[in-house]
Amino acid sequence: MKVRVQSQDFDITAEINDLRSGRTDIGAIVTFTGLVRDFHGDHIVRKMTLEHFPGMAEKQLREICQTAEGRWPLQGITVIHRHGPLKPGDQIVLVIALSAHREAAFEAAEFIMDWLKTDAPFWKKEETEQGAEWVAAKESDSQKCKKWQE
Amino acid sequence: MELLYFAQLRETIGHGAETLSLPENIADVAGLIAHLREKGDAYRAAFDDKALIRVAVNQTHVSFDHPLTDRDEVAFFPPMTGG
Repeated sequence: MKVRVQSQDFDITAEINDLRSGRTDIGAIVTFTGLVRDFHGDHIVRKMTLEHFPGMAEKQLREICQTAEGRWPLQGITVIHRHGPLKPGDQIVLVIALSAHREAAFEAAEFIMDWLKTDAPFWKKEETEQGAEWVAAKESDSQKCKKWQE
Repeated sequence: MELLYFAQLRETIGHGAETLSLPENIADVAGLIAHLREKGDAYRAAFDDKALIRVAVNQTHVSFDHPLTDRDEVAFFPPMTGG
């Protein structure tokens, strides 16, 4: 398991190669990349700042990945989350899940993202033509986590 | 104890960290919030809506009835919006 919280960008190809290099037992690689959108509702987003809780952010991400490892037969996980100033089009988060079969990799990647959204201490602040505002958490994100507890 | 504030709470309170000597009559997170609200208008505003406050003690998510000691690190922040 690789968990990183960093200000610098990441290279998805390099991260995939790092996970699969020298292995021939892997059957499926699922990746999710979250990007900064240039809109929020009717507003144009010019910039985004991601604040985080150093230490706890890494700890929470590791715990989420450990839960996923206990639930699905995974052959590798990488989670990278950025912090600091970002602009539209920038990459925010990367999740890679490896498994012998696709179902486990698909489900684990979705599980990790759903829990990351509600449990990992990161906060987005968007700058639009109306000024800078903290992004409000969505109830729908909490609902997605409940689905995994059923 | 060490107190940490993030995002809106940090901005509303005006700083991100402070040290507090935990009063003996405070037993849990809810008691600490009530105590902090007495520290002034900024704190009262920051802790106005409990539905929008999350708390971590020693970097673990806890509920408002979690017990506290003077050695704890307590972080307050709004619901998370990463990803």
